[in-house]
Amino acid sequence: MRDLVSSFLGVHSSDRVVAEIEKKVIEAFEVFDHECNKTVDVREIGSVVRSLGCYPTEAELQELLAEVEEEEPTGYIHLEKFLPVMTRVLLERSYQPIPEDVLLHAFEALDENKCGYLTKEELVKYMTEEGEPFTQEEMEDMLSAALEPETNTVCYKDYITLMIVDDV
Amino acid sequence: KRKREPAPVHFALNNAAVLIQRWYRRYVARLEMRRRCTWRIFQSIEYACEQDQIKLHNFFSYLMDHFTPSSSKERDFISRMFVSGESFKEAELEKYCDYESMEVPDSYTGPHLSFPLLPDHATTLLEAFKRKQQLHARYVLNLLHETRKHLKQLPNISHVSTCYSEEVTVCGDLHGQLDDLFLIFYKNGLPSPSKSYVFNGDFVDRGKQSLEILIVLFTFLLVYPNEVHLNRGNHEDHMVNLRYGFSVHGRKILKMIQNVFCWLPLATLIDQKVLIIHGGISDTTDLDMLEKIQRHKFISVLRGKKRKESNRNVEIQEIIGESKADASAAEHDAASSPSPQPQPAQAPSMTNRLEFSKWVRQMVQEQIERCRQLVDSESEEEELTYSSFVSMTDLNAPCWTRQEEWKQILDILWSDPMPQEGCRENTVRGGGCYFGPDVTKKILEKYSLQFLIRSHECKQEGYEFCHSRKVLTIFSASNYYEIGSNRGAYVKLGPDLVPHFVQYQANKTAHTLTMTQRISRVEESAFRALREKLFAHTSALISAFKAYDKDGTGRITLSNWATAVESVLRLGLPWRMLRPQLAHSMADGMLEYKSWLEDLAMEQQSQEHIQSGLLEVIYRNRSNLETIFRIIDRDHSGLISFEEFHQTWKLFSSHMNIELTDDGINDLVRSIDFNKDGNIDFNEFLEAFQETEFNSDCQKASNWVPSLES
Repeated sequence: MRDLVSSFLGVHSSDRVVAEIEKKVIEAFEVFDHECNKTVDVREIGSVVRSLGCYPTEAELQELLAEVEEEEPTGYIHLEKFLPVMTRVLLERSYQPIPEDVLLHAFEALDENKCGYLTKEELVKYMTEEGEPFTQEEMEDMLSAALEPETNTVCYKDYITLMIVDDV
Repeated sequence: KRKREPAPVHFALNNAAVLIQRWYRRYVARLEMRRRCTWRIFQSIEYACEQDQIKLHNFFSYLMDHFTPSSSKERDFISRMFVSGESFKEAELEKYCDYESMEVPDSYTGPHLSFPLLPDHATTLLEAFKRKQQLHARYVLNLLHETRKHLKQLPNISHVSTCYSEEVTVCGDLHGQLDDLFLIFYKNGLPSPSKSYVFNGDFVDRGKQSLEILIVLFTFLLVYPNEVHLNRGNHEDHMVNLRYGFSVHGRKILKMIQNVFCWLPLATLIDQKVLIIHGGISDTTDLDMLEKIQRHKFISVLRGKKRKESNRNVEIQEIIGESKADASAAEHDAASSPSPQPQPAQAPSMTNRLEFSKWVRQMVQEQIERCRQLVDSESEEEELTYSSFVSMTDLNAPCWTRQEEWKQILDILWSDPMPQEGCRENTVRGGGCYFGPDVTKKILEKYSLQFLIRSHECKQEGYEFCHSRKVLTIFSASNYYEIGSNRGAYVKLGPDLVPHFVQYQANKTAHTLTMTQRISRVEESAFRALREKLFAHTSALISAFKAYDKDGTGRITLSNWATAVESVLRLGLPWRMLRPQLAHSMADGMLEYKSWLEDLAMEQQSQEHIQSGLLEVIYRNRSNLETIFRIIDRDHSGLISFEEFHQTWKLFSSHMNIELTDDGINDLVRSIDFNKDGNIDFNEFLEAFQETEFNSDCQKASNWVPSLES
């Protein structure tokens, strides 16, 4: 497996580093392997990828899935296909994390009036109509933590701080 | 007129949205991972605890073979440990757990019960418990006696029909969480002629109101005997109660309860189509056998490692719940002395260990004989005994060994389903099997059943299907590990036998928390428990780390840290995922293990004057110690004498191979408050080391408020 990854990369990474990354990938994979048979439901692969420290867009995730799915998609992703691909992703540091200031700029971009907060309607509009739209559940979840019920607004700076602290 | 937004601005807006969404989705995924890891932590620790029982059994075996008592006191001490779960003949039970002479004082403001019980008694009782009142011991004992009388008439498998009561409600584990039972009654209604209930075991242990739950359930059982059905769970077991501290003070009540538990039915069948058992099944589950065995003979179902046994040894396990006799030696004894030899007036010389072992074993066997006689004479109402002493006149009478009968019960009380096919030993719990979908299919086909309902495992949503919806797990203790850890649920079945679920959480706070807060809180609790476990293995961890640190730098790689920790703790946890919350690494990605372990030690309750090795031993063996204390404490007063305490430690240290000076023990003793003439309240002692409890009192809402969640 290690040779496969190395040649895949065309990069010579130390065996140790690769071995350690592989162990991490396997651990994360197994957390979602409910049947204990080295498979994960395709709908949960995104969680595996993301909990390994990656921040892919939905589009990027789909690309990744295409690489790891069976030829005849079964709805399950097998570890043996997932492992080399995910290891490469981590070695190449694809899908880099989003720093706090970049996130702040993004919210500010949505804040037309530059007042430091977004109204509930504004946030809902952007999140459910722009970009890669949220599902209703995702929207409700975000609002439950972000929304100040008295003013019906989201002070995004505070929200970001709260999330960053919680996100160990 | 609004100008169309220039393309670049829109592009920027779109990008910003994608970025936020990307970030948010990653956050949610990370949260999901944390939630699953937390769950794994709790489960693995819980099941590892159950595995301790096996270790305890091994400890006793070790004692039998190796320990040479140096005084008659110590001899008594050991022998007393082995005869703690005696069964009583009916008349003796009445006499021992007599309640009629108990006076209820005028000052008593709690509820009064009179027999036969009426519906009013039940509602009065509920109201009283809601007001935090207690039921007088006299009534408790009376209730237990009546319950036992009633249960004795019931078959091993209860039969329920939906044509009479339209709907049947099935509840899972309650584990002493009275608030959950209140909530169930609030949402679903009380038991009545038009509302049937099945309670699927594990009424007691862990939660704080085990006795109240029993009182409520037994009361309804007696008031509505046709509508209320109870199944035995693995916690309705004397040895398990000792371990988990179903802390009922009062030997009479405890003794009665032991003799009620063994009479609980083993299973319930709805419309001959749905089988309800507490744990699960195995590939040898035989409902015909289960219907016919004498279930009350199995006061405790717990057992240690498998051995080839003669019937006599099986009875030992039955009656006292723990096997002490070494298989080969016992067989030797059985072969050489078919009838118990009279107890020697004087024990053999202490210098000869083998002699002593044999003597103790003999003595134990005698005690067992005595108990067996008591138990057997109780079954005078039966014409046929299904034990190995089969009547020679009836060749058609089934002849199962006690061993086979015992396995049937063990399997249905302790097994868990697994996703893979097959059936294998449940080594994690120490009893029962892991059964696969093929085993389920076979049993369902054999008995023309539609599906199984079982409990025994905590589920996040309160219920869960597996084996292609042929097995349903129902768990009714919400917030079992921690507030917000899980919902409780119950299931209703009508004549169509289509399950309808109702979920709930018996804690107001759980609803005001956001998902993040809820997960964080449960996570905190899990990590605290995990850190305590890590601390308890300090010595072993240091050895393991040192193996990776040959140069003695005091540092190891994170990778080696993970491997070492798993090799010591063996919890099967994803350590690399958990590491950021357990240990900080230096900039170069290495971990300073010594200071890490020191930090862990500081976190635990500071008992500075006790040597650290001892502290560690206490932590690691707290559950075992507790069990041993309870066995020693024969009158169940919660107190043991200083001498007994001393002896316990000596026994332990000889088994654990640690140097324990008398000074060390004295230090320990000094840290405990002495009550009552040199006796030690061991609950106080153990509480000092119980910083982490899955369900601690302070976390429960002080006023019960019904949940509006459905």
